[in-house]
Amino acid sequence: MLASLVGFLGDFDLAEEAAQEAFAVAAERWQRDGEPTNPAAWLITTARHRAIDRIRRDRTLTEKTRLLETPEATMDELDDVVIRDERLELIFTCCHPALAVDAQVALTLRALGGLTTQEIARAFLVSEETMKRRLSRAKTKIKAAGIPFAVPAAHRLPDRLEAAAAVIYLIFNEGYRGRVDLAAEAIRLGRLLAELMPDEPEVHGLLALMLIHHARRQARFAGQDLVLLADQDRALWDLGQIAAGRAALEQAIALRGRGPYVLQAAIASLQSENTVDWVEVSHLYEQLFRLTGSTVVALNRAVALAEAGSPREALALVEELPLENYQYLHSTRAELLRRLGRLTEARSAYSRALELAVSEPERRFLSRRLAEL
Amino acid sequence: MKYALLIYSQPGSHEALSEEEYQAALAEYMAISSDPRCEGGAQLQPVETATTVRVRDGQPLTTDGPFADTKEVFGGYFVVEAGDLDEALDLAARVPAARLGGAVEVRPVVER
Repeated sequence: MLASLVGFLGDFDLAEEAAQEAFAVAAERWQRDGEPTNPAAWLITTARHRAIDRIRRDRTLTEKTRLLETPEATMDELDDVVIRDERLELIFTCCHPALAVDAQVALTLRALGGLTTQEIARAFLVSEETMKRRLSRAKTKIKAAGIPFAVPAAHRLPDRLEAAAAVIYLIFNEGYRGRVDLAAEAIRLGRLLAELMPDEPEVHGLLALMLIHHARRQARFAGQDLVLLADQDRALWDLGQIAAGRAALEQAIALRGRGPYVLQAAIASLQSENTVDWVEVSHLYEQLFRLTGSTVVALNRAVALAEAGSPREALALVEELPLENYQYLHSTRAELLRRLGRLTEARSAYSRALELAVSEPERRFLSRRLAEL
Repeated sequence: MKYALLIYSQPGSHEALSEEEYQAALAEYMAISSDPRCEGGAQLQPVETATTVRVRDGQPLTTDGPFADTKEVFGGYFVVEAGDLDEALDLAARVPAARLGGAVEVRPVVER
């Protein structure tokens, strides 16, 4: 409903206010007169009328709205109200790179996720006041800088789609660290994007990646302790969700997707097999590294190589990586050294990883490893 | 909407170009300024020619040079009429200074 109103009015704040007013009117009127046959159309029409009233009162807005070109709907014409699905436009407005990333995330959750400002503030551990300011600054910029409410033109689409996917994945990863409601919200947004842009393989790849990771969430912790993929109790995996993830992945591959999200989803899918084909996983990481140049990806490739039976090669790769202050470089190196029987070096690498570890479960995990040596 | 494209260039970046490259870059600046969406603009003399005025306690204080040492110097601007920010950003991306180590700041112009 909000997307439809923003599209119609071309103004975020006005749309939000009008929607709120419409709900307030509905609460009163529907109780008295009963629910209309088409509640959505009723709400949108009422909200449009409220907005038009407001615009008439506030002349300076008149020029800036698309309203003047649109004849006013009357209450008798409810059946003719076209509720255009403008959520895609709204996604691209919220994820416009002219907005700061934290603002993109907040705005997307507010406008498309339907989370309240208070809920978003809580999820990101900031005060409601701070979040309110962040949202209002973003909305002001959208209006003042002329950030379009539109699906980007073809030459901009790849970049913008990447930006939108990055926002959704960021929301997912916030949830993955323990705030499950955000992960579910990100998956919902991913589904929406896949539904609205069915021909884009990366969109399906993103959805697949999130679903497969999310399916394993119950198995990632035993009590407060972190459990590695290999040691996870597979009975705790949500097999239905893994299957849904694989279906999305197949769709991405059918669309000839070979982008970063598709590759990561393919890796996650392989890692959810009973017997993991680590050689294939290391190949996929190699492709991903070629696309992204990310040293973290190179580190993951080393892990896959070690699992595939080449710990020496893996160690050589790890020791080349410029990730001196990255906890997982040291924990990976420690694990490889342990497997190669170089226990003194392993011990000092585990200690270094422990120094860098922030999360409590990870610290406990590393301490346990260190004690076992 | 009207936007100002504020061009900050890396000092020496244009001078470092070969004659041929320099002429090509110049032609690109001209192409933007003769675009029908472009409503004006100016190229400024080098920053060494700048004089700064501040008024303190009612007294003008004049100093040589720009306000502060910065890596990028303000070198000129265009004012363009564009449908939305995306269109203005596309124009900004065509400014040679943007790829020669500099940057173009896009700011909506107050219209009264």
